[in-house]
Amino acid sequence: MTATTQPLSQRLSWLIPTVYILFLLLPIYWLVNMSFKETSEILSTFSLWPQNPTLRNYTVIFTDPSWYKGYINSIIYVVMNTVISVGAALPAAYAFSRYRFLGDKHLFFWLLTNRMAPPAVFALPFFQLYSAFGLIDTHIAVALAHCLFNVPLAVWILEGFMSGVPKEIDETAYIDGYSFPRFFLKIFTPLIASGIGVAAFFCFMFSWVELLLARTLTTTDAKPIAAIMTRTVSASGLDWGVLAAAGVLTIIPGALVIYFVRNYIAKGFALGRV
Amino acid sequence: MEKTWNNKAWFMVLPVLVLVAFSAVIPLMTVVNYSVQDTFGNNEFFWAGTDWYVEVLTSDRFWDALTRNLIFSAIILAIEIPLGIIIALNMPKKGLGVPVCLVLMALPLLIPWNVVGTIWQVFGRVDIGLLGHTLEALGINYNYVQNPIDAWVTLIVMDVWHWTSLVVLLCYAGLVSIPDAYYQAAKIDGASRWSVFRYIQLPKMKRVLLIAFLLRFMDSFMIYTEPFVVTGGGPGNSTTFLSIDLVKMAIGQFDLGPAAALSIIYFLIVLLLSWIFYTVMTTSDAQS
Repeated sequence: MTATTQPLSQRLSWLIPTVYILFLLLPIYWLVNMSFKETSEILSTFSLWPQNPTLRNYTVIFTDPSWYKGYINSIIYVVMNTVISVGAALPAAYAFSRYRFLGDKHLFFWLLTNRMAPPAVFALPFFQLYSAFGLIDTHIAVALAHCLFNVPLAVWILEGFMSGVPKEIDETAYIDGYSFPRFFLKIFTPLIASGIGVAAFFCFMFSWVELLLARTLTTTDAKPIAAIMTRTVSASGLDWGVLAAAGVLTIIPGALVIYFVRNYIAKGFALGRV
Repeated sequence: MEKTWNNKAWFMVLPVLVLVAFSAVIPLMTVVNYSVQDTFGNNEFFWAGTDWYVEVLTSDRFWDALTRNLIFSAIILAIEIPLGIIIALNMPKKGLGVPVCLVLMALPLLIPWNVVGTIWQVFGRVDIGLLGHTLEALGINYNYVQNPIDAWVTLIVMDVWHWTSLVVLLCYAGLVSIPDAYYQAAKIDGASRWSVFRYIQLPKMKRVLLIAFLLRFMDSFMIYTEPFVVTGGGPGNSTTFLSIDLVKMAIGQFDLGPAAALSIIYFLIVLLLSWIFYTVMTTSDAQS
């Protein structure tokens, strides 16, 4: 089809996504804009771009351990959680995609119900359980707590990808004399590499954006950046510039991850397994 | 696919079971335990039966919060699902535009939820925010801290900003799976734009739409962080949703019994509604 034969409505269809993306970017732009201003400038003059651009807000964050440690904490528990979730989900997803066993369907739905549990329900019992084990304020506590919704999700996504691999591949490998672990690592894992990528991406995403549990389970040593932001705001009398800079820095890891997996995302969604 | 019957598969599921037992079953049991007991401190508990459940279910506080939750979810779904479909239908099909659109649209999904709250809190302020300032310059009286209607509008616009992309991405994934031959056949038959949508695109998107619907319902029903940051549940109680109320009760006032009973009721509501959607989803799958 050439452009001349298209009706007006189709030629203008690019307008809708464009307007939508502008709507998405406007608040983010405003945050970036603020992060390059002094707080006094934010409060005194209203301007669409910084009049006196400054890096002071970013310097504050990168030179103060109580700030930048928040980022390190967040990244540590998010990576821990991603590894644990995907690691545990791999064999389980294989079992669900290849075998029938006693209570398998009930088990699968029960796993999914955990994805539906409101984190607010679990905040208090988590706090008490992890206190009893002396795990409060450790990275592993947050990583384990986030397994609540990430393990079912990872099983769900991986099971979808694994069911797409023909069973004949397993059988041929066994006839060729592969043991199960060797088959799984050498043959099966490469086949579902994109599935592992998608599962890891969603685990990363949901662990990175969650705050309620992460904040409840930490006090100082493992406090996530998102919680440090809220606390500092109330304590130091609203330093808007630094707050904006901290917010911008929390967007960057997600943006990087999404850039690297952009081709897999559509595939993961296409399976309808989110 | 034909599956083999093999009970040894339980061993492969075991790690997941242990993890979920630790992170879901034990905490849930603790909640059940608290919901049927009373205490006067000193770690002495005694049996309270269903008292807490009766107390929660007869309190206006619970029904008000539940009503707010249901209205919020209904509005969110009514806006985000049609909007997501319209945007997905108009996405570029190939070329450089595709990855650019996907990356930019997915951006809000990866921002920590309280930062989403902070972004909109700042954006809507009359003194320093672009939105609040512009509205004031236009002569519109807008203040989400004091006016309940403004607070609701802010929360809804924020949620649309935050989550519509999820619907768009799901629908887009459903649309790209339609083979070109379908469109060519429709063109030969002289099908209108509407019938292409109604008879080709919509049926192909049915499955992903149900998932989008389910996810958006669950997440908007469990919403906590964003309204907590933006409005803190106010003004008054006008944006106090169930989860905000629950956290206030459990961690703020340490009312263990009622909080635990509310948790169980809340969980059962989400579970029941999700089960209904799940059943609808799987039966409609079986029919098609």
